[in-house]
Amino acid sequence: MANVFTSIGDWVNERAPGMMPMYRKHMTEYYAPKNFNLWYYFGSLALLVLVNQIVTGIFLTMNYNPSAAGAFASVEYIMRDVEWGWLIRYMHSTGASLFFVVVFLHMFRGIMYGSYKKPRELVWLLGMLIFLALMAEAFMGYVLPWGNMSFWGAKVIISLFGTIPYIGGDLVEWIMGDFLPADATLNRFFALHVVALPIVLLLLVVLHLAALHEVGSNNPDGVEIKKGPKGNRWDALKPTDGIPFHPYYTVKDLVGVGFFLLIAAFIIFFAPTFGGWFLEHDNFIPANNLATPSHIKPVWYFTPFYAILRMIPSLFGTAVWGVLGMFGAIALLFLLPWLDRGQVKSIRYRGTGFKVALGLFVVAYIMLGAVGAGVTAEVIPAWFGNVDVTFWENLFGRLMTLVYFGFFVFLWAYTYYGWEKTKPVPERVTTHD
Amino acid sequence: MTKRQLLMKRYIFPVVLALGLVVGSVPVQASEGGALPSAGTNVQDQASLQRGAKLFFNYCVGCHSLKYMRYERIATDLGLSEQEVMQNLNFTGAKFGETVVSHMPEDAAAKWFGKAPPDLSLEVRSKGADWVNAYLNSFYLDPSRPVGWNNTVFPNASMPFPLWELQGLQTAEMKPAKAGEDPAVEKLVLSQPGKLTPAQFQQATRDLTTFLEYASEPAALQRHHYGIWVLLFLAFFTFLAALLKKEYWKDVH
Repeated sequence: MANVFTSIGDWVNERAPGMMPMYRKHMTEYYAPKNFNLWYYFGSLALLVLVNQIVTGIFLTMNYNPSAAGAFASVEYIMRDVEWGWLIRYMHSTGASLFFVVVFLHMFRGIMYGSYKKPRELVWLLGMLIFLALMAEAFMGYVLPWGNMSFWGAKVIISLFGTIPYIGGDLVEWIMGDFLPADATLNRFFALHVVALPIVLLLLVVLHLAALHEVGSNNPDGVEIKKGPKGNRWDALKPTDGIPFHPYYTVKDLVGVGFFLLIAAFIIFFAPTFGGWFLEHDNFIPANNLATPSHIKPVWYFTPFYAILRMIPSLFGTAVWGVLGMFGAIALLFLLPWLDRGQVKSIRYRGTGFKVALGLFVVAYIMLGAVGAGVTAEVIPAWFGNVDVTFWENLFGRLMTLVYFGFFVFLWAYTYYGWEKTKPVPERVTTHD
Repeated sequence: MTKRQLLMKRYIFPVVLALGLVVGSVPVQASEGGALPSAGTNVQDQASLQRGAKLFFNYCVGCHSLKYMRYERIATDLGLSEQEVMQNLNFTGAKFGETVVSHMPEDAAAKWFGKAPPDLSLEVRSKGADWVNAYLNSFYLDPSRPVGWNNTVFPNASMPFPLWELQGLQTAEMKPAKAGEDPAVEKLVLSQPGKLTPAQFQQATRDLTTFLEYASEPAALQRHHYGIWVLLFLAFFTFLAALLKKEYWKDVH
């Protein structure tokens, strides 16, 4: 038997001699720092979720009907009549939310350990493009079940383009292919969701990994292992503090996968709507352009950006500022490698100002999420009684918006003017677990 | 730094922070429609499901469909035979494999009630079991309404109350109206008892809500059935993966 495998392997290698070197470059001879901690699980987990979304998505496509008349009923058909259809759909819907959970944690890791800094700017930019594509993919996927929140969410988000001066109105019509989200809208969103954007996502993921493997992974100490001593058990010229990705990190990531799947399975089997956060109550009502849901709000992962949109008031007779603010909130993340001029990468050795600012940034982000999801609109009257809810919500939301944008301004000034007092960075990576 | 402090800083702290981020990003669910009493439903309770199905097919299906629910599926999930379902529950003349569709003509119903009776396939998923259960307990006589009934959970609902012969007749005691406002309902009182005692009626509506909860997601039965085994398998898998990792990483210092 072993002989058969060897001879098949030889047969392939003769005809495609570049394949084994590629495998070695990215797996067995990719030397990753040995001190990765818990935060380094989320990259491989994002890849796992991407595969899950593609595989379950293919099976959903087999029974989904992309038409305004049939979409809602076909989803219920999947939930009830297709063998294991409920499991496939819950894996897809839960996967969508968990995708954002792991991607947010992955991005936070990058900011915390300065993984966007030289020489990894390109890795960060490609990652941000993945984030953008993922948001477009998620938005269009959310429209497909054609529930009432799908319809109204699509209407609100597409209408944002209507605030653009001069061309706005025509642009909205062009995007929807109708005067309302309708059959034409659903059809094109289906095409983009199942064909166009997945291809873009896969390509970007390949480029993200290729760019990473050129420069090598950062680590919790922010030390460049390539600049450290050379020579390890496997290769005399490779970094001493590096270990082969396979098998060391493949088996380690397997543990992360196990934990992650435990959480995912718990949600899929025991709380698939996650109390209305992953699948919203109003989306179990078919799309109806005559019945507006009492609170139109996006799914939880868009709520921080949605809150920024809502909190920025109209000025000079146009509401475009909120839209600019929302997209600006994402655009600033792209610029992070050039806004942050600090030489020290890891939060372990950075100044107190950075730690406090990052903490406030995270708080502001979560609080904006609460504002966007309508939590504050319920909590304010419940805690403070008969007060002007809109006034206090706006005050709170605008304060949090200022903190969000303030993080970027502070980070630039803090590092540009050299106010940061850093600790000495060690020569070598310190620990591993 | 001692080893313990190091462990705290490098390991425990990130774990706590990660958990904090996850928990923080999913704040407690905003309660829909204020504080309603818990319906106390349990879709695993097959007897309750059977009683609820009987109530649904005796009192509700005249007007309301379950257009995504098949008789055959009800038989399988509720532990009933084809004969039992076709004789005792199916009054629409549908085939065993067909869905539950009311005979009420939609356009005529819209004329009679002002609004066609909605399909109830997903009622519990969109409104919640607590809401449905409270709604069923909150009808009262109101001669000012076209059909003579009103509801405190869903004011000015256009639905008459077919379960009145079970519950009896409830009437409203009104609060003294403030100047410029319509009088509000203070509480509902049972002015004429029905066939069931209040406790029995509460159980009956709970059964009916349980059945509707099941109808809105029949897969819930399978979810609970398989879920525990999947979790046990994954826990075992994670344990093995952890051992494997430990073995491989023995030589990394």
